[in-house]
Amino acid sequence: MVNVTMTVNGQTASGEVEGRTLLSGFLRDNLGLTGTHIGCDTSQCGACVVHVNGKAVKSCTMLALEADGAEVGTIEGQAAADGTLNRIQQAFQDHHGLQCGFCTPGMVMSAAALLQDNPEPSEQEIREYLEGNLCRCTGYHNIVKAILAASGQPTETPLAAE
Amino acid sequence: MYEFDFVRPATIAEAVQALAADEAQALGGGQTLLPTMKQRLAMPEALVSLTGIDELQGVCPDGEALAIGAATTHADVERATADSYPALAALAGQIGDPAVRNRGTIGGSLANNDPSACYPAAALASGATIVTHRREIAADEYFEGLFSTALEEDEIITHVRMPVPQAAAYEKFVQPASRFALVGVFVARFEDGVRVAVTGASEEGVFRWEEAEAALSQSFSADAIAGLSVDPDGMIADLHGSKAYRAHLVQVITKRAVQAAAA
Repeated sequence: MVNVTMTVNGQTASGEVEGRTLLSGFLRDNLGLTGTHIGCDTSQCGACVVHVNGKAVKSCTMLALEADGAEVGTIEGQAAADGTLNRIQQAFQDHHGLQCGFCTPGMVMSAAALLQDNPEPSEQEIREYLEGNLCRCTGYHNIVKAILAASGQPTETPLAAE
Repeated sequence: MYEFDFVRPATIAEAVQALAADEAQALGGGQTLLPTMKQRLAMPEALVSLTGIDELQGVCPDGEALAIGAATTHADVERATADSYPALAALAGQIGDPAVRNRGTIGGSLANNDPSACYPAAALASGATIVTHRREIAADEYFEGLFSTALEEDEIITHVRMPVPQAAAYEKFVQPASRFALVGVFVARFEDGVRVAVTGASEEGVFRWEEAEAALSQSFSADAIAGLSVDPDGMIADLHGSKAYRAHLVQVITKRAVQAAAA
């Protein structure tokens, strides 16, 4: 076991891990941050997306020790300290952007990364950016709508059928 | 995941030393290796991470070429080459998905040499040089077949020297579930001729379609290869497509790549 230290949602976090410990496992098992979901464990579904040094990554496909010294952001860091949802989370609620909710943490984290790079993405750009985030309820339509709304763009325009 | 040792050296020399251990394996971004290890398709006893070595990062001009650090992620290659080599940037921006592109590296892709990966096509068509800590290997000598390269077990790619063509384009027919190329073709026109590299199609991995290169060097237009075809024998056949289908796609996708490069 070796020590790993990183900043998670603005606070220093350390713990004892093995070489094989995945970042998703460290966040969930060592830190109790179970908002990061493990869906497929094969880097396809995107439920485990977190931010590492500001970039979206699949935490089931990154070793915890690779994040030593990094700034990590998870879904738990998205809302304000008093629980007020941020604009992306609020838009997901307003536009029914979640059904079972399992994929939602990854969807919100991917959306946050997208809007950071591209504050007003087109519908096509949103759909392309979410290629690595799967929703088994197939609720993509409202997820795209929520991200359009979160970016301050109109959502009335007809969306392309999947 | 099974138990293994992990080290993250800060210099190439330390990494080379760590790789000398039995069953040690270099780790780039891990976007292929970690899933492979979870399935026990690879079982190294130690991983030597290359992500903490600063000199393996980044893209800089190298005469007429670009020197791309082996540990540069696909997302960083896309950003850094958008102006200097747009066809390469477009290729990097189509690999996997955004989160995979933030971790996966060009060196990792070239060392793995997946028969459906994108970067091997760019390296072969551009006439790249794969530079390791020990020697320089021309792309024509580097790719040796399915998941096989000229690299020695303990050899680390430090950077890739990528000549920039006068015109180029990469066209990828995506296998929609994996985002790998069902067939991908990189066409690069240089002053002294055209190079065409095909990925995703052959059982031998990436290859140059020399017949098309000769025709396109005479006349750089889609019509120049209208009558050409590749032999279905030796193409990959799987549930996504037969040998004949892939052979057909090679010609169609090459034509599209030529049209895009000539535009």
